[in-house]
Amino acid sequence: MKELDITELERKFQEKIDNEIRIEPNDWMPDAYRKTLIRQISQHAHSEVVGMLPEGNWITRAPNLRRKAVLLAKVQDEAGHGLYLYSAVETLGADREETIDDLHTGKAKYSSIFNYPTLTWADMGAIGWLVDGAAIMNQVPLCRCSYGPYARAMVRVCKEESFHQRQGFEIMTKLAQGTPEQKAMAQDALNRFWWPALMMFGPNDADSPHTAQSMKWKIKRHTNDELRQQFVDITVPQAEMIGLTVPDPDLKWNAETGHYEFGEINWDEFWQVVSGNGPCNKDRVDARRKAKEDGSWVREAANAYAEKRKARKAS
Amino acid sequence: MDKNLFEYLLRLGDDSLILGHRLSEWCGHGPILEEDIALTNIALDLIGQTNSILEYAGKVEGAGRNADSLAFLRFDKDYKNCLLVEQPNGDFGVTILRQFFFDAYRVPLFTMLQNSSDEQLAAIAEKSLKETRYHLKHSSEWVIRLGDGTDESHARIQSALDDLWRYTDELFFSDETDADLKARNIIPDAAAVKTEWQKTVQAVLTEATLSVPTNNWKFEGGRKGLHSEHLGYILAELQFMQRAYPNMEW
Ligand SMILES: [Fe+2]
Ligand SMILES: [Fe+2]
Repeated sequence: MKELDITELERKFQEKIDNEIRIEPNDWMPDAYRKTLIRQISQHAHSEVVGMLPEGNWITRAPNLRRKAVLLAKVQDEAGHGLYLYSAVETLGADREETIDDLHTGKAKYSSIFNYPTLTWADMGAIGWLVDGAAIMNQVPLCRCSYGPYARAMVRVCKEESFHQRQGFEIMTKLAQGTPEQKAMAQDALNRFWWPALMMFGPNDADSPHTAQSMKWKIKRHTNDELRQQFVDITVPQAEMIGLTVPDPDLKWNAETGHYEFGEINWDEFWQVVSGNGPCNKDRVDARRKAKEDGSWVREAANAYAEKRKARKAS
Repeated sequence: MDKNLFEYLLRLGDDSLILGHRLSEWCGHGPILEEDIALTNIALDLIGQTNSILEYAGKVEGAGRNADSLAFLRFDKDYKNCLLVEQPNGDFGVTILRQFFFDAYRVPLFTMLQNSSDEQLAAIAEKSLKETRYHLKHSSEWVIRLGDGTDESHARIQSALDDLWRYTDELFFSDETDADLKARNIIPDAAAVKTEWQKTVQAVLTEATLSVPTNNWKFEGGRKGLHSEHLGYILAELQFMQRAYPNMEW
């Protein structure tokens, strides 16, 4: 294609975006837009699937039948989110299995929060409350993402995420109102998950080189720092309400700005975890790789059987 | 207290509980994402059944126990599930075949229990039958796919069949408890359930090109509280929170 044509196509593309017209799979789009989306949506899909592991860790030890059922339902939802998102990736021409292999070789990332271990039952509360809570902050604006299939997947996902956040907060509330052992368990989970939850929004805006372009393309609607602030403002009063202490000595309410001020995130830890040195990175990726390897004979059998059936029908 | 009905409800409820536990172990480790969803969904149905069956068992017993205290706070010998459901997951073929044997038993059982003279039990059966039919469809289709898939899948599921066959007879275990309940039209005849089970198993295994092992030695004991070594580990996980943090609400 001639350079002029591309400039013209790009202009029209941006015009559609500026007018809030959704981009659909068969529409022309710049390569960089497609690549950014493939990277972001597949990371998102991997996060849903890897995220099943820390919570799956407690299903067999859930303290009663109701909690067990709710946790099963939640983790099942996350698998469903993974499916919708892998389908959205496929609409961009990417191959689902190839993107999964990128996860297994460490090339593709996923949310760093899932590289922290789930040590007690209270972690199921902390994850639902904080991690799904943070995911909602990130995902609600994505329901208006310029790419149609991603936006529509997010609409379905967000409905379920609010149930996840509520069940997590309910677990925490129950613990916080319980015996001293239960309250200590809840506080300990908050201590461990608070900072990693803040890290879920990604680096500070100054260190986030892709943000400007993503906002121009309306893939992103808010910066990392805006979303993180919104999360802190909503979550701190919830902690206070149930009598837990947010583990940040610098946390204070600023009546003038109407926002909480909070302490500096340990960015060294963040980058270490992102680059593979979190407490559970290896365990998580190993578990996913093992699932794929152990399942290869099953997938081969399903394909072979489908082929046989087709051949029998034809003859 | 209706001791026999209580005993029977434990057998029924514990089957759902222990198999639900085993299936939850797959969560996040399935061969494809769609199967993670399917196995979790079946586990969820089984935990739901456990809740209604054991809750009713607690009422029948009349000693103040509810579904949770029965599920989490008995000793190993008081669990009355069959040995089949406590067998380890093995590979996907073992899990699917275990599920198939169980579903093929549960569908005729729940179908007949719908006519139970015990209204509560009939209602539980009616509600559980729908989902169990779906479970059977799912497990049958996989047995056929794996049996008639590749050489490797055929060999794997045939080996699962050779290993699990010995636990199937216990599904139709019948003692004085059953005889009394049968006489009062609370439960169907185990032999009638077995006939239906055999029909399903025969049809599916034939289509899957699998063969029944010639070693017909039968294992049993679960219905009397005499389990395999595996149950202890299941209970260690299942009961961990309730034992480590007694008398607390969650
Ligand atoms: Fe999710
Ligand atoms: Fe979620």
